[in-house]
Amino acid sequence: MSKQAVFNVYRGSQEGGDFQEFTVPVEEGMVVLDAMHYVQGFLCPDLAVRWNCKAAKCGSCSAEINGKPGLMCKTRIDDLPIESPVSVQPIKSFPIIKDLVTDVSWNFEMNKKITPFTPDNEDVSSWRYYQEDVDRVQEFRKCIECFLCQDVCHVIRNHEQKPKFVGPRFMVRLASLEMHPMDRVDRLPFIKEEAGIGLCNITKCCTEVCPEDIHITDNAIIPLKERVVDEYYDPVVGLLRGIGILPKRNKKKP
Amino acid sequence: MTSYNTKYETHTHDVVVVGAGGAGLRAAIEASSQGLSVALVCKSLLGKAHTVMAEGGVAAAMANVDSADGWQTHFKDTMKGGKFLNNWRMAQLHAQEAPDRIRELERWGAVFDRTPDGRILQRPFGGHTYRRLCHVGDRTGLELIRTLQDKGVHSGIDVFMECTLTHLLKDGDRISGAFGYWRESGRFVIFNTKAVILATGGIGKAFKVTSNSWEYTADGHAMAYNIGAEMIDMEFIQFHPTGMVWPPGVKGILVTEAVRGEGGRLTNNKGERFMQNVDPERMELSTRDIVAKAINREVKEGRGSPHGGVFLDISYRGADYIKKKLPSMYHQFMELADVDITKGPMEVGPTTHYTMGGLRVDPESQQTNIPGLFAAGEVSAGMHGGNRLGGNSLSDLLVFGRRAGLGAAEFAKATQQFPSINDADVEKAIVEVSEPFERDKGESPYAVHRDLQDLMQNKVGIIRKEAELHEAVTELQALKERARVCSVEGSRQFNPGWHLALDLRSMLIASEAAARCALQRKESRGGHTREDFPEYDAHWSTVNSTIRKDGDAMAVSTSPLPEMPSELKQLFEEAK
Ligand SMILES: Cc1cc2nc3c(=O)[nH]c(=O)nc-3n(C[C@H](O)[C@H](O)[C@H](O)COP(=O)(O)OP(=O)(O)OC[C@H]3O[C@@H](n4cnc5c(N)ncnc54)[C@H](O)[C@@H]3O)c2cc1C
Ligand code: SF4
Ligand code: SF4
Ligand code: FES
Repeated sequence: MSKQAVFNVYRGSQEGGDFQEFTVPVEEGMVVLDAMHYVQGFLCPDLAVRWNCKAAKCGSCSAEINGKPGLMCKTRIDDLPIESPVSVQPIKSFPIIKDLVTDVSWNFEMNKKITPFTPDNEDVSSWRYYQEDVDRVQEFRKCIECFLCQDVCHVIRNHEQKPKFVGPRFMVRLASLEMHPMDRVDRLPFIKEEAGIGLCNITKCCTEVCPEDIHITDNAIIPLKERVVDEYYDPVVGLLRGIGILPKRNKKKP
Repeated sequence: MTSYNTKYETHTHDVVVVGAGGAGLRAAIEASSQGLSVALVCKSLLGKAHTVMAEGGVAAAMANVDSADGWQTHFKDTMKGGKFLNNWRMAQLHAQEAPDRIRELERWGAVFDRTPDGRILQRPFGGHTYRRLCHVGDRTGLELIRTLQDKGVHSGIDVFMECTLTHLLKDGDRISGAFGYWRESGRFVIFNTKAVILATGGIGKAFKVTSNSWEYTADGHAMAYNIGAEMIDMEFIQFHPTGMVWPPGVKGILVTEAVRGEGGRLTNNKGERFMQNVDPERMELSTRDIVAKAINREVKEGRGSPHGGVFLDISYRGADYIKKKLPSMYHQFMELADVDITKGPMEVGPTTHYTMGGLRVDPESQQTNIPGLFAAGEVSAGMHGGNRLGGNSLSDLLVFGRRAGLGAAEFAKATQQFPSINDADVEKAIVEVSEPFERDKGESPYAVHRDLQDLMQNKVGIIRKEAELHEAVTELQALKERARVCSVEGSRQFNPGWHLALDLRSMLIASEAAARCALQRKESRGGHTREDFPEYDAHWSTVNSTIRKDGDAMAVSTSPLPEMPSELKQLFEEAK
């Protein structure tokens, strides 16, 4: 007989729900998403699951596997202790729709608030910038919007603070815009006020779960915090800038 | 404008775009910039469409790296790659306009890899004479879709995510709207509109080994076919030479051609670079149809790798280079197959990848034969002929997405009044969509889907023959019947079984079109290979296959290829 594993999959909706047990035959190299497809295909055709690429490229299949947030298409079953049942449940920071599918529309609302890329000049054929100028920006643009970082961030999990904070995903987006060599918009007031960067206390939980290995805290949030501090909390700098002794802040610092 | 009644909600927009991949997003941005109200409807969340998976790059003759490149060469490469079955005008427009579309993306915030002098870097790819693919490592599609998405959400477009359309509606001859359901609630929704742009992608989910996602169920093809739109060239399906072959769960997942673009070498189990015997000049960078068939032969003749593929090796390029230029391939193999591609070869084999055939469109405006119905991207046909060159899809999305947006906007502006929605058609759609719940003893749609995938894989796959294609056509009728009476469990709330039951009907139409066209075309060309007719045929080089709905039957025939004007023909003469 071939190897088998037992999955305890959360089934439910806004009205509540419970775990349901499914036994799935296991092949070499199989990932958790394969197991969920097996469940849909043979045991429970209406199990709700989001997925698209099955190759960790689209960020659709986020879930909590044995309590750990991750992509189902990237989580190998042979890396899990299958002597005991594996639990699979929806990510917790967002309201459940059904089974493993949650309502992540809040993230799309946050994104809309961010002033989009706005270049210095429109004549792109004259643009010259170099790979080393954009290595960091490209790191941020690897984001596949899986929202796992949003899921683990304790600020977002806190109901009072959530409305005041855009979350690590959008700090990454803001950083990609702020550090783009051709962008001319100043988003620092937004980053400080509406985006609520001050609420992040650098626990780094977000960085740990990022499937794209984006250094969310070290490379995006901390530099943005420094820029905010530099702009707003240094009265001396502020004063000298105000009376024209220091130049106005240049967001494209070397 | 939105209104509700007990059965469905109704939205009214000048233009409705179905699909939010590169083509749909670019079309919606264009239509909206013309001052019209635009709805953008998609099955998944925004930003998750197939386009996000594109890896290797987007082709445009920018001449940043090879200064000799220009639209003429890109045009010629595209026609040659397509085995001259392309619509010449589309290939020309594509080659001419792609560079502007790339510059526009950069202006909207896309960050491509750079040349040493600070411009957009371009890499070599199969069938392209010069280094032509603008890229971002091996995640070009993500860059493209994210840029368009961010541009789009600030353009005043109304986005309807996780909303699946199942029927197009007509008022007389012209389009008047579309019907579908919200995936989340199962609630029905109607769009009343002056123009519809289909940008729903391909049909790859009808095959077993495929690089395509669950969304590729041919809905656009089927919806349009059902109201009388014409399809062409549905036998032309691209089998990409390099998909993963092992472990079983990842079989079919794409290994980007960029691996070969960056110097990857194909070998068989004897260590021979077999492309030497097939296309010594271009070797691994020959066109996809040729490489796929070569791999297929190696495996069939017993020179394959342990898991039924061949070897692809890039490790000689060094770990740093590979991790920089092919980061997601590195992770994909490391995490899913325990293979370190910086140290040794990967195993690869052909996988269903792209649909060259699709809806026939006017090359300038992308309008189909139904007034007010437009199509762009993979769902449309003509641009790529019998075989698509890598990188030419992403550029196709941008060039013809924009053109479809413009075409639909002009059409909508010229339409004074909103056409009306026919209540009887809506009632019929509601019945059809609800049916699977009415039955309780039918099969699971998953079982029917598995059998469809096996059938298409085995009998309408990379190598085809008469007898098997006949069998395929017959067996498809049986599958249609099984799909018609399959039943689903549970409620209408986010119910994948129900969704599949509906998608199956679309896949069956596209599959039947592919099988019937493949049977009709008695030659081998590009993505269509007949074991019993292995050569090009003079007659077949002058016609497109055509597919139309004729009552309840599918009518397959041919139509003459549009003739290339002499100044373009001359380009090929000069090269000789
Ligand atoms: C793994 C992979 C790698 C690739 N790499 C490259 C590359 O490097 N270069 C290149 O040029 N090409 C590449 N391609 C091909 C290219 O990515 C696709 O052909 C292209 O992205 C298709 O874009 P599209 O806009 O036509 O459709 P898609 O991006 O697939 O979007 C289809 C949209 O239609 C929606 N939709 C479908 N049906 C319905 C319905 N019934 N109701 C509502 N919405 C619906 C979907 O939700 C989706 O939003 C690659 C393809 C794959 C699979
Ligand atoms: S580091 Fe900041 S953003 Fe990241 S999880 Fe912690 S609090 Fe949230
Ligand atoms: S930053 Fe990383 S974890 Fe957060 S959404 Fe993007 S990819 Fe996911
Ligand atoms: S399915 Fe795309 S990330 Fe998992």
